[in-house]
Amino acid sequence: MDFIPLSDLIGGAAILAVGLFSLAALTITAFFPKARTAVFVTALLGAAAGIVFAGYSFPDNQTAFSDMLLVGGFANFYSILFLVIAVLTMVLSAPYMEKEGYRHSEFYVLVLFAAIGMMMMGASGDLITMFLGLEVMSVTFYVMAGLFRAKLTSNESSLKYFLLGAFATGFLLYGIALIYGTTGTTNLIRIAAQFPQAFDQPLHVIGWGLLLIGLAFKVGAFPFHMWVPDVYEGAPTSVTAFMSTGGKAAAFSAFILVFSIPMAMHDPRMTTVLAVLAAGSMIVGNWFGLSQTNLKRMLAYSSIAHAGYMLIGIASASPVGQQGITFYLVSYALTNLGAFGVVMMLETEKGEGVTYEEYAGLGRRKPVLAALLSMFMFSLTGIPPFAGFVGKYYLFASAVQSGLTWLAVLGVITSLISTYYYLRVVVYMYFRDGSAEEPSLPASSLAAVALSAAGILVLGIMPSLIFDVIVSMF
Amino acid sequence: MQNILTYTLFSPLLGIAVLLFIGRAKQTLIKSVGIGASLLTFALSLLLYASFDAGTAAMQMTERAVWIAGLDISYIVGVDGLSVLLILLTAFLTPIALIASWSSITDRLKEYVSFMLLLEVGMLGVFMAGDLFLFYVFWEAMLIPMYFIIGIWGGKERIYAAVKFFLYTMAGSLLMLIAILWLGYYASTLPGGQFTTDLAKLSAVAPGIPLTLQSWMFAAFALSFAIKVPLFPLHTWLPDAHVQAPTAGSVILAGVLLKMGTYGLLRFCLPLFPQASFAFTPLMSVLAVVGIVYGALVAMVQTDVKKLVAYSSVSHLGFVVLGIFSMTEEGIQGAVLQMINHGLSTGALFLLVGMIYDRRHTREISQFGGLAKVMPVFSTMFLIVTLSSIGLPGLNGFVGEFLILLGSFNSMFLGTPVYAAVAATGVIFSAVYMLWMVQRVFFGAVTHDENRSLTDLTKREIGLLLPVLLFIVWIGVAPSAFLKPSAAATKQIVTQMHQAKTGTAVPAGTTAQ
Repeated sequence: MDFIPLSDLIGGAAILAVGLFSLAALTITAFFPKARTAVFVTALLGAAAGIVFAGYSFPDNQTAFSDMLLVGGFANFYSILFLVIAVLTMVLSAPYMEKEGYRHSEFYVLVLFAAIGMMMMGASGDLITMFLGLEVMSVTFYVMAGLFRAKLTSNESSLKYFLLGAFATGFLLYGIALIYGTTGTTNLIRIAAQFPQAFDQPLHVIGWGLLLIGLAFKVGAFPFHMWVPDVYEGAPTSVTAFMSTGGKAAAFSAFILVFSIPMAMHDPRMTTVLAVLAAGSMIVGNWFGLSQTNLKRMLAYSSIAHAGYMLIGIASASPVGQQGITFYLVSYALTNLGAFGVVMMLETEKGEGVTYEEYAGLGRRKPVLAALLSMFMFSLTGIPPFAGFVGKYYLFASAVQSGLTWLAVLGVITSLISTYYYLRVVVYMYFRDGSAEEPSLPASSLAAVALSAAGILVLGIMPSLIFDVIVSMF
Repeated sequence: MQNILTYTLFSPLLGIAVLLFIGRAKQTLIKSVGIGASLLTFALSLLLYASFDAGTAAMQMTERAVWIAGLDISYIVGVDGLSVLLILLTAFLTPIALIASWSSITDRLKEYVSFMLLLEVGMLGVFMAGDLFLFYVFWEAMLIPMYFIIGIWGGKERIYAAVKFFLYTMAGSLLMLIAILWLGYYASTLPGGQFTTDLAKLSAVAPGIPLTLQSWMFAAFALSFAIKVPLFPLHTWLPDAHVQAPTAGSVILAGVLLKMGTYGLLRFCLPLFPQASFAFTPLMSVLAVVGIVYGALVAMVQTDVKKLVAYSSVSHLGFVVLGIFSMTEEGIQGAVLQMINHGLSTGALFLLVGMIYDRRHTREISQFGGLAKVMPVFSTMFLIVTLSSIGLPGLNGFVGEFLILLGSFNSMFLGTPVYAAVAATGVIFSAVYMLWMVQRVFFGAVTHDENRSLTDLTKREIGLLLPVLLFIVWIGVAPSAFLKPSAAATKQIVTQMHQAKTGTAVPAGTTAQ
């Protein structure tokens, strides 16, 4: 059967495996709506199968499906990252969704669907692949944000995300069309062959600008960040955790591919625009983070700021920058999943228990949880020995090497601002007394959060563990 | 002994590992483990000192291991004459601080002991690091335990003080991070160069950076260190942090943490950026001298004993900075010794203030008076430490201050004896504010009835202070033993600065005064 060459099937094995498992899980959902555990396990198995396939064919850099899909190295690394995020999300969400009274198992199916979209984005050798992946992921997110149908905030979050997201997708698609129109191809490598002369055409430049808008929206960067706080706050916390880690990682993986393979980021105009976006995101995210009193909303603003830090890596247009982003995404994913995991454990059915006030005295009531959350806050601040520091070090180093020292200086100044609001969480937990209802902590969630914390500590002390792998991919 | 530095550096972690397996109710055991671990570190540091060779200026007992190969970041630790005494001081003060909190800290004891031990690792790491990345990691990581120590176990305004301490220090160190990155990048732009944070490699290339850029680098490093010292006008975090911190926290803050700033100036700013150091010498010296006088004047009007001691630190550390920027052998040796002296005498003062606070729950000078009659042992010890702090000949403070004044008087880099002259008034002021305080607290009639029933020091408290007093007298009487370790390293820096000033072609003979 020559319809699809075997090499293509092997190349897309991870995506196909996750796809098959997700369909199986969906089938179970349809016929046995109450078999939540079965769906949960099937979904976990699917993610595990994807990790195995991606890990198996890891080192070789190839392409499949007529250069549409990248295989090996970069794509597989990111696939593993997305699937690990998906697993952690599912493990953390199971008790949370039960607690919030959501008893439908399609949540796990949706997580896998989104993961498939992410994997396609991280493997895009073609703008069309990127677009397809982005849409699979985004549409799933629109649905997931509104999963709590009975809650007004969840509905608002979903609608807002959908309306604005659809707009952004429009920009993105128009950008792809213009690039296709000026170069005659959507394949990234063939577009790259026309660098830099293609940039002499205004329409080509406009195409990249539109593409940039679409991607900047997806990573939640200034000035396309307006949706982030409301969507993150309104969506179920488990979905927020997934969007802010997996969604962001996927968008950045596409960002790196789309901007680095065709070398668009080497155009000086592009560098300036990217640097401004990075600077704006760091300033806006951290500045508005200062006044937050709700942990979920604070983490939303913090995610805008971190998008800014990672954009430094794109703007610096160097391998160190892209390696830095990749490392940063790993550390950010673990940190944010951990932090949201803590939020999930403490949030009540009514959606309370997410303000700083309600965290007061946590250091005394739940010493382990408070210690873990403190570690996440210190990592987000970028204080050694946590992974967040190493990530920032790489990104700032890439900025300095690319002659963008001002961006690195801005990065450290905004980091200083962020110190204040991350520390406030610690202040409330340890330095103030308070009493709040004490939910019992599910062991599985606690284990997942502890694992994330261990991850950021180990990566902070021995970054080479994954950094050597990352370096080998670029 | 192989890898003695690494063992010393991480030995406090052993205590934390043991603590993990001890229930939080077993308070005595927790305290004993903490003290035991810190004593082990002290013992190791003594071993380290025993194998230290004072005859060479080079880094000794160096250990290196590749950490992050891509950016040439390595785990490099070593000691030389500038750091060896500071390592000893750190290892010496930590068990004392832990013993001092024996009865005053009961809440969340396990966390407290763990934070103190973590803090010790951070401080030792700062003094041992031979790689800028490693240095920065310890420099920053140390903030976390100190932040908690002030914030959880501190006084009424502890949250404000803890956050202020954290933000001030972060503000400085983040710019230093950029400077470190830029230095690494600069190394990579040289022919055959590579991005690196290895201090030895950078020391070879950094002095060649053009003056303008060098000045920026110097400013970024110096700002971070000046905040830590603290140099006037960046000192405002200090009174808050010192006053709010628990006694042991104050002892460590004043005893060791402040020295990290002056150590940084000496270890990094001068050798890496000699030309910029010359350019900044007038500014740094003026600020140092202003700090000496200002700190003394502000200390004079304090009504709270702890605050008074805190401001006296601003004054004393001003001397150290002046000594460093005199760039003479006397000045720098005096500065190194004065770091130790200040650690001992101010550490002891905070211990003493803590002891009286535990009894009276106030530190207001006006609440005391005539304590000498009620608490003779306490008063005697306080007086000795006071005399050490104001630089009475025969005690340690005198040696350091005298050398610094001598060095800055003669210094060709300062160019004028005016700095020394103004700084000398600080010595007089310090006698005024300290002795005036002593007079109001200890002499005269007992004016408050609450003070009549105060008990004198316990055996534990005396045992705590005696080792400190021993060193205070020892350094005062026989300073040469404590000056010897830093002699070779100091000579090397001074020689290097002279060569940088006069051009490398100048024969070695001209480096003499």
